[in-house]
Amino acid sequence: MITGLIALLLCQLVGELVVRTLDLPLPGPILGMVLMLALLLVRRPRSRSGLVRGPQALLRYLPLLYVPAGVGVIAHLSRLGEDAVPIAGGLVVSWLAGLVVTAAVTAGVLRVSGARKVVR
Amino acid sequence: MTFQPQEAWDWLLASPLFGITLTLVAYKTARVVWERTGRHPSLNPVMVAIVLTGGTLLLLGVDYDDYMEGGRYIAILLGPATVALALPLYYERRLVRQAAVPILLGLVVGSAVSIVVAYTVTSGLGGDEALALSMAPKSATTPVSIALAESFDGIPALTAVFTILAGVLGAVTGPAVLSLLRVRDLRVRGLAIGASSHGIGTSRALEEHPTEGAFSGLAMGLNALATAILLPLLLLVLR
Repeated sequence: MITGLIALLLCQLVGELVVRTLDLPLPGPILGMVLMLALLLVRRPRSRSGLVRGPQALLRYLPLLYVPAGVGVIAHLSRLGEDAVPIAGGLVVSWLAGLVVTAAVTAGVLRVSGARKVVR
Repeated sequence: MTFQPQEAWDWLLASPLFGITLTLVAYKTARVVWERTGRHPSLNPVMVAIVLTGGTLLLLGVDYDDYMEGGRYIAILLGPATVALALPLYYERRLVRQAAVPILLGLVVGSAVSIVVAYTVTSGLGGDEALALSMAPKSATTPVSIALAESFDGIPALTAVFTILAGVLGAVTGPAVLSLLRVRDLRVRGLAIGASSHGIGTSRALEEHPTEGAFSGLAMGLNALATAILLPLLLLVLR
């Protein structure tokens, strides 16, 4: 478990340092995710290994970790009210466009390439 | 000994203990409500916990900055938790490798459309330039969207809010919208949610299905990169 947490922190740490050193347009944790994936691919841990249990423990609480940032919305309620129409319209329409286009293009190319669907 | 409840109360509101306890109680309450209603999507725990926490702060007249004295101890775990998204991706590595080309194409096109539509619709509905520029990067995960708003004349604080709202929107309605459109492939569902609603959407996708969650986490990472590269190019045309 601690092994897994150390691995996560070290991957993030290296990610943050590399991103800052090379001035990459990426968050450190995203590069850290790539490093962690590489580590998992090399180590091929069993399901009881700390390398598996550490990430699992954090992922169980992933929704909780977004709450403090989300609460930040209350600091901007008045601005949201002033420009309610462009904000609500721009947000909902572009969110929907991103969702639908990503799904349509990916599904379309998958179909052309003849891959089988993965359904539950 | 004097009786000084006001001093004690003021101390509490400025102490990390307050923000941490409030957040955990709000989240626990939101989870219980969610479970009791048969995991009803419109009562998504992240959204309910944000509303409960934010509502409490407004009611007590506590500033967001004071709340974050405690809130940041929870938020700091987001870094390693994002790294942890490598685990579901590792388990789905074969599926990811098989679908590499469709994934990349879908993400690049989806990311570009999302930026263009965000900018044009926001300004088309009467938003000023700064507002449209704050909306443009909102489908990327917060560190990226905020950095892009800073570099390209948006308002970073507003971009943070829009990013979170896009995430909550996806966590609450994303799976239902995809089902309505008869998108059943778990890879496609995950990619679409992660590309439009980053980590908050991913936290929902993980609860839907491990494969959907893995592809959502992947899409969040790739979309952050795509947005960072595409936004500067698209703004040359849009502005």
